[in-house]
This record gives sequence, C-alpha cells and structure tokens, in this order.
Amino acid sequence: MKEFSNKYIIIYSLAMGVSVAILLSLTALLLQPRQEKNVEVEKKMNILSSINVPSEKSNAVQLYEKYIRDSYVINSEGKKFDGVDAFTVTLRAEQKKPLEEQYLPLFVAVDDNGDTLRIFPLEGKGLWGPIWGYISLKEDLSTIAGVTFDHKGETPGLGAEINTTEFESQFHDKKLFDNGAFVSVKVVKGGAGPGNLHEVDAISGGTVTSKALEKMLLDGLVKYEKYLSQKRK
Amino acid sequence: MGKVEKVSLLSAKNKKLLKNPLGIENPVTVQVLGICSALAVTVKMKPAIVMAISVTVVVALSNMIISLIRKSIPGRIRIIVQLVVIATLVIIVDQFLKAFAFDVSKQLSVFVGLIITNCILMGRLEAFAMSSDPWPSFLDGIGNGAGYGLILIIVSFFREFLGSGTVLGYPVMEKLGVYNFGYEDNGMMILPPMALIILGLIIWFQRARNKSLIETS
Repeated sequence: MKEFSNKYIIIYSLAMGVSVAILLSLTALLLQPRQEKNVEVEKKMNILSSINVPSEKSNAVQLYEKYIRDSYVINSEGKKFDGVDAFTVTLRAEQKKPLEEQYLPLFVAVDDNGDTLRIFPLEGKGLWGPIWGYISLKEDLSTIAGVTFDHKGETPGLGAEINTTEFESQFHDKKLFDNGAFVSVKVVKGGAGPGNLHEVDAISGGTVTSKALEKMLLDGLVKYEKYLSQKRK
Repeated sequence: MGKVEKVSLLSAKNKKLLKNPLGIENPVTVQVLGICSALAVTVKMKPAIVMAISVTVVVALSNMIISLIRKSIPGRIRIIVQLVVIATLVIIVDQFLKAFAFDVSKQLSVFVGLIITNCILMGRLEAFAMSSDPWPSFLDGIGNGAGYGLILIIVSFFREFLGSGTVLGYPVMEKLGVYNFGYEDNGMMILPPMALIILGLIIWFQRARNKSLIETS
C-alpha cells in the first residue's frame, strides 16, 4: 500500500467529513416532512384506538377530524392553559418539569352514540424502554371506555403483550374512582378478583412490564385527579 | 494477513461472487458473522425481509464505493474511512425506512442502526473491496447480502410459523384448523435462543450435505 503524507490524510479526512455531513443533512431535510407525517398519523391512530375506533393509515386523519371534537392543555389544578396545542405536547419532556408547571393534554371525543369521551395520554418506563398509551373515560369520568398501550422494546411474547387486544380489552368498564376516592386500576399478578372493578390480570412472565404499566396509569392519571373530581361534581 | 488468500479464492468468476455466499461461503452459516442481528429480527418474516434488503443495499453500495476510492484511501485511516461509508449508508437507509416503511422501521428499531456493527460489512470491505474492482465488489456485496438474507428468511419462517402460527402475517395454522385439535403455538420460538438453535440446525444440515465444510483440527 502506498504511503501518504500527513497533510494528505488530514485533508482527505476533512473532505470526507464535510461531504458526508452535507449528504446526510440533505437526506434528513428532504425526508423529514414524510417522517413527521408518519409520527402524526400513528399518534392519531393510537388516540382513535383508545375510543375503540379502528383506523388505518389511510383514514386515520379523517376519522380523527370526525371523532375528536376538542383538545386542550390543563395544569394539575385543572385550569386551562391558553394557546398550547395539546397534540404537540411531549409527555416525556413535561414529566421532567415540576408538577405545577406541567402541561397536561386532554382530548375530547364524541362517539357514535353521542356520548362524550375524554382521552388522557400516558407515558412511563417499561422494563427495557418507554411505554405509553391513551385511556378514554366515559361521561362519568370514572368508567374506562377504552385503552391503548404501546412500547418501544418490551420482551416479545411477554411484556410486549401489553399492546394486544386481549390485555387492553380487560380495562373496558373498569372504574378509576371508588366512592369518590381515586384508586386507579391495578394490574394483579395471579389474576384479578372476579367482578373487581379496579383490577385487571397481569401478563404471566411480564411482571415488570405489568407493574410499570400500573405505575404509569397511577402516576399519569393522578395528575388529572383534581380536574376529574371537579368535573364529577 | 489473511487477505492474500481470500483474494485468490474469490478472483475466479463474477458468477461465483454471487453464488458462493449463498452456499459454501455463506457469511452466517460458514463464516458465522452477523449472528447478533439474526437473533433479533427473525421473530417475524416481514422485518427479516426488510433487514435482509437493507443489509444487501448497504453492503453492495459500500463495497462499490470503497472499491472506487480504494486507491486514494490512506492505509492508516482506512478502517475509519470504511466505517464512515457504512455509517452514512446505514443512516440513509434508516431515514428512508422511517419515511416510507414506518411500521417496519419501528419493529426493527435499533437494529437498522446496528447494521453498522455487522461484521459482514467490515469483513467484505477489508477482505474484498479494498483490493478489487468496483463491479466485482458490487456483486460480492449483493451475494453476501443475499446469503445473509437467505438465512434470516429461513430462520424467521420457522420462528413465525411455529411461534405465531402465521407466514408473513397470514394465519396459516388457523386456516388449517389445527387449533381445534388442541394444537398450540410454541411460545419458545419467539424467544432469541430458538433463533440460535434453528441456526445451529441449518449449519448442521449444510455440513452434513457438504463434508468439505467440516473443519479438521
């Protein structure tokens, strides 16, 4: 192999670095709108799924327009923030702020029967990475109308089962409040008590993810407790 | 260095460059490279196929690019140059997947990025592209990518078929009605160790048929 001078090597590396940087920036810039659109459509599909409206990539935006009537951001006291778009709030960033300053997004949907559903986004830590979801409450603000969960990389076949219909459908008609006190829904290893309105079955073999999900529900929804209690009166 | 021997081995005909990696020079079963990603992305066939195509594109193009500029690459920084070329291509592939195949890119998650560390790529660049012309290098890349992909697809077929009862998402087992007879999907197949066992069986099968592959110690 030919010997090259130090000067040549340095210039070579610089030229290579600059040309690669330009190439990558261009690719990222050109593809960014499409990528952002994908993320937006997925979020809309998730929100729709939490109110039990199945959607496809092609009709998610339309259905979202149809069902989601309003969205706003409140604080932990239940007061509305003006001028903040609930759809663009990133929960992970909000969770790092002190509770009083957190933006708490909230979506209002009207289903086919004309009932008003309120949708709350959730985000937490699973076993291997983030888990998130949406939960929708019926007009009494205690009964769960539907949930949808997803995860970045929980164990396939075990923790990853949280986004299956079998697991999610367990939450239907469970209640967050018991005699006016906020109790959330527990994910119970060994099976929920029959007829218990505040428990669902955990995933066998996926205990850590199940517990993480329970914590996500509790931590996420407790922030809305004041809002929910005020509205329930 | 082992380089000289490899060159004489592969400099025969271009056809061989494409064919050999599928069988007797398979990067996964014979050279035992790229095992890590073979475990991770073979639970379902669709991500495995996308991964196979991605790796093939990256190894073919990086082979060709390195071969084109091989005479200008200073020996002292050649590994860095190779890595930069691979990393650039991988990032471009990743960006394209995010834009055009969002679902699959989500399933593959970090493994697209990890193509950079796939030993097959660096191996081909160092052993072949650095000392061959662009066209044979390109073919060599296609061949090795396809050889890797072939194994991925075989492994993922068995894992998806036996583990989830589907083939490419189509519920074969359900259509056959075997669940009515008490058949259950084997949840073990979904877990990473089964990929290794299937891989081991493929290697066994291949060596049993082609005795020349068995190492003599």
